[in-house]
Amino acid sequence: MTEALLALWDGAFGSSYAIWSATLVRSAPLLWLGLGVALAFRAGVLNIGAEGQFLMGAIGATAVAQVVGRSVPGLVMIPLMALVGGVAGAGWAGIAAWLRQRFGVLEVISTIMLNFIALATIGWMVRGPLQEPTRIYPQSAEIPWSAQWPFLIPGQRLHLGFVLGLLACAIAWVVLTRTATGFRIRAVGASPSAATSAGQIDVGRTVMRVFLVSGACAGLAGAAEVGGVTWALYEGISPGYGYTAIAVALLARLHPGWIVVSAIFFGALEAGASAMQRDAGVPSVVVQVIVAVIILGVLAGSQRRTRVDALRVRAGSGR
Amino acid sequence: MEALLIPFLDATIRTATPLAYAALGELVTERSGVINIGMEGIIIAGCLGGLVAAGAGGAAMGFLGGALAGAGMAAIFAFFVLRLRADAIITGTALTLLGLGLTGTLYRGLFGLEGAALGTPSIAPIALPGLSSLPLVGPVFFTQTGMTYLLYLFVPALAWWLARTQAGLALRAVGESRAAALAAGLDVQRLRWGAILFGGAMGGLCGATLVLAQVGTFTEGMSAGRGFIAIAIVVLGRWRTVGTTLAALIFGGAFALQYLLQAAGWALPYHLFLALPYLLTLILLAALRGRAEAPAELASQESWSRA
Amino acid sequence: MTQRAATEPMGADPRDHEALALEGITVRFGPVTALDGAHCTIRRGTVHAILGENGAGKTTLMRAAFGWLMPDAGTIRLHGAPVTFRTSAEAIAQGIGMVHQHFMLIPAMTVTENIALGGRGRFDAGTTAARITAVADGAGLPVDPVARVRDLAVSAQQRVEIVKALVRDARILILDEPTAVLTPDQATELLRWVRTFADAGGTVVLITHKLREAFAVADDLTVLRQGRTVLSAARALVTEAHLIEALTGAGVGPGGAGGPVPYHPMPTARVADAPEVDDPAPVLRLDGVRYVDPRGVTRLRAVDLAVYPGEILGVIGVEGSGPRELLRILAGRLTPTTGRVTRPDAVGFVPEDRLHDAVIPSFSLTENLVLADGGEARGWMDWSTWRTITRDLLATADVRAAGPDVPMATLSGGNQQRFVVGRERRRAAAALIVEHPTRGLDLTASARILADLRALGGNPRPAVVFHSADLDEVLAVATRVVACFEGRVREVSPPSDPTDRTPYTRAMTGSVETTAVSSGGTR
Repeated sequence: MTEALLALWDGAFGSSYAIWSATLVRSAPLLWLGLGVALAFRAGVLNIGAEGQFLMGAIGATAVAQVVGRSVPGLVMIPLMALVGGVAGAGWAGIAAWLRQRFGVLEVISTIMLNFIALATIGWMVRGPLQEPTRIYPQSAEIPWSAQWPFLIPGQRLHLGFVLGLLACAIAWVVLTRTATGFRIRAVGASPSAATSAGQIDVGRTVMRVFLVSGACAGLAGAAEVGGVTWALYEGISPGYGYTAIAVALLARLHPGWIVVSAIFFGALEAGASAMQRDAGVPSVVVQVIVAVIILGVLAGSQRRTRVDALRVRAGSGR
Repeated sequence: MEALLIPFLDATIRTATPLAYAALGELVTERSGVINIGMEGIIIAGCLGGLVAAGAGGAAMGFLGGALAGAGMAAIFAFFVLRLRADAIITGTALTLLGLGLTGTLYRGLFGLEGAALGTPSIAPIALPGLSSLPLVGPVFFTQTGMTYLLYLFVPALAWWLARTQAGLALRAVGESRAAALAAGLDVQRLRWGAILFGGAMGGLCGATLVLAQVGTFTEGMSAGRGFIAIAIVVLGRWRTVGTTLAALIFGGAFALQYLLQAAGWALPYHLFLALPYLLTLILLAALRGRAEAPAELASQESWSRA
Repeated sequence: MTQRAATEPMGADPRDHEALALEGITVRFGPVTALDGAHCTIRRGTVHAILGENGAGKTTLMRAAFGWLMPDAGTIRLHGAPVTFRTSAEAIAQGIGMVHQHFMLIPAMTVTENIALGGRGRFDAGTTAARITAVADGAGLPVDPVARVRDLAVSAQQRVEIVKALVRDARILILDEPTAVLTPDQATELLRWVRTFADAGGTVVLITHKLREAFAVADDLTVLRQGRTVLSAARALVTEAHLIEALTGAGVGPGGAGGPVPYHPMPTARVADAPEVDDPAPVLRLDGVRYVDPRGVTRLRAVDLAVYPGEILGVIGVEGSGPRELLRILAGRLTPTTGRVTRPDAVGFVPEDRLHDAVIPSFSLTENLVLADGGEARGWMDWSTWRTITRDLLATADVRAAGPDVPMATLSGGNQQRFVVGRERRRAAAALIVEHPTRGLDLTASARILADLRALGGNPRPAVVFHSADLDEVLAVATRVVACFEGRVREVSPPSDPTDRTPYTRAMTGSVETTAVSSGGTR
């Protein structure tokens, strides 16, 4: 037990390599994904599909890197990957948004179904269109050098995606608190009926847009993961980041500022768990248990808030 | 043609059986006005519970163990949603993660990296004397495992119970209007606890059936989204017993279609077959659009207004 | 016990003919004391009216008697013997039935299923239906056991509620504001039935805020104020003045902030002093408006209507006859199926369900102010300016709040409503649509809101459309009255005798001779 916890700590914070090349690298996708989930929950959209949107973003980014990567410099390639990844994620979320808007299909169910479909799609991609040239391994070829995102610190694996994630959280915070759009998102999430009746806000449109932005965040996380970490596409590219993101968002109380703290915490957990499996033989799926327990803990903790706050907690649209 | 059809239909019934258990469990839970999105975690708990209990005490013990494991998971859900009044959707999501993580951890802890002993007890199909020799119907419906036969008895029993007993009426009432049920002197909390625990036991049976009647062993994440599909099945079955059972058959068919199309030599990639049931879920849910027949109390768990 | 009561002469011991006695009932909801030692004694075979303002504790007291909630202190006696009800099931088993103000029926289920609910063992729809029919016919309250509740009119649903109690052998019936949802004729009929039920030996507790009703039908009266019993006596011993004093805790008349409108009788001469219309152009106008709701029910048919600056148009009509849709179309919250709507860009709207549709309780007052512009706001939010505007609004609309940053949920209902009215007025100076503004408010707060509406100023004065379920309220405020009946809208010409309300009740029930609404000469 002590040995396992020690391994966990060492893997997360034990050395500068652990911090800059493990913990923060794992936090990068969680920043984006957690932010995406938080924005959706803020608007009352129960997007459980960050996992699928992440995978589609990764597929899109890999595809565009493989197709045009060799003929384009990094300065163009990296924004292009981010764009394609974001659009792919938004598109995947858009299916769920459309199903909800047009047919009244609950996004909780549709996004989960889309997660499974995305998983099957990636399985097919790495054995079909995007498989490496030798056709032996179920993974893509390494993306060209120009498509590999720059590291931020020499000798460490921390990449551009992390900083962009921090920036995104800051922007989201400003948008939510200082702009009309952000106010509409909060109003729609807190009370769709009052937003419609008193504010004459187009709830459907607001929610639809937030859903797309949420998907774009997840897709961007996928692009950053391919460009900054794996440099190739394979089935296990996400160890359940999309689900961890829900815990990230909830623990941060859906606040973009706290997302940063919460994402680093879970990044450390993921990094530590890998080390724990390697050094102490404790399976890393235990992280999922911890994630679940933390979500449940947040839920239990939020019951003790004041009455006014309790009104906010409905559907996780807390502040 | 028949050479393909009978195995296809047989596989449909076989695959539909565990789905039907989970979906009927979810149906009872939802009729009480609570949506348990954590069915996936319950099923996987049932898988491991079934495996462990069967290893210790044989197949029958296995089913009991699966049901208990499922009910145990459901108890966590009920505690959070009913007692702490936590959000049902998020609690359910956490329950799924908990189930998947806990079973993975425990499984490796119990069986190491080599996996479960090969000698896991399992139940074999039983050909019902007489009935099984009927053409087409015999090999399809009456050469199945005991769990399928149990389902044949359970479906009409549940339908009767919901429609013809005061307890069934009470359950439906709780799902329609908590306030009205309270006014009639019903113990809403107790009914919901009961419905959630029952749903959990059924989900656990689904998991145990997967392990003991189909796969023969446990693999991580073997529930493979059946919990979510079960929820879709209930919607598709319009919250009715028989409808839900028929919807489970449709999904059984979608899974079985993978085998059929592959056997028929279609050159589609395997992974696209894997996506088929999930794709079907989306299409059917969209095609059935109206949710007018959903228990009214479920609507209070949705945060989106329908524009 | 019952036997002894039956054999001994009545009146020897007051307990002998008491059906239900409540003593020292205290109920707390967290820090709020809803009932503080309230008491009342209900005699067998009588109609007992419980009166009080909204929030006085009438419903809470009777819910305690019905086992719906457990009092924190106090005793309940049933036919002289102390009882404790842990659940309403136990109260039902002892012969108490309650018809809640908001019906406790399940719309998706049949009448039979609704009435059978709460029993044990098998459920046999056939036998249950037969028993329902027998009881219902015996009591003179016809119901259709196989109908689905959602298909029934409100008055029929109320009959189902009463039959539900009777099927369980209720001898004590608690009716919570039963006439609120009925037309005047239906209300009269119900009160007549109540009298008959009591005369036949039954006991009725009538929770109401209408003095007229209480005087018309009750044998005894109990008045609650702020959770305490302030008056409990036979009707014959009480005058109206007594009662009003007990209800409000003060003599009637001006006094206090805003000058409360007298509780009763309401001034009805208001329609006579209609303003001179200088500007002939209507602010709001409907031409041939028809509205079919999403379920395919026609809610409004061929409505022509014009509302002028400075007038307060009162809309009367029972639920479902069209007022709700009419107001929402005027406010631009609903688009008519056919027909033309002429209205200014901004129309203020005070919806019925304040906490749900008008404000976000968890948001600050400033945020709630901005909410009204939510759909139009663009770019950056200048919160400090909005905060100043909110502070001004709090002053001009006389909203009592600690400041612009406190959550809306911390305000009292009356202050919330004044905030909403002020906010809508700020945004839309020309037209204001107001729906059930006093719902959920206590008497003083209601009076203030009504007085505020009457005094609405500005230049030009706004056109106001006002709807309330309470005819008295409409007559107190409106300068012109239209009635909705089955989706048609007709103007009610004011009677020569200002206290005569028959033209209004007639118009709401369709037994009419009313003139078509004048719409500025287009028709």
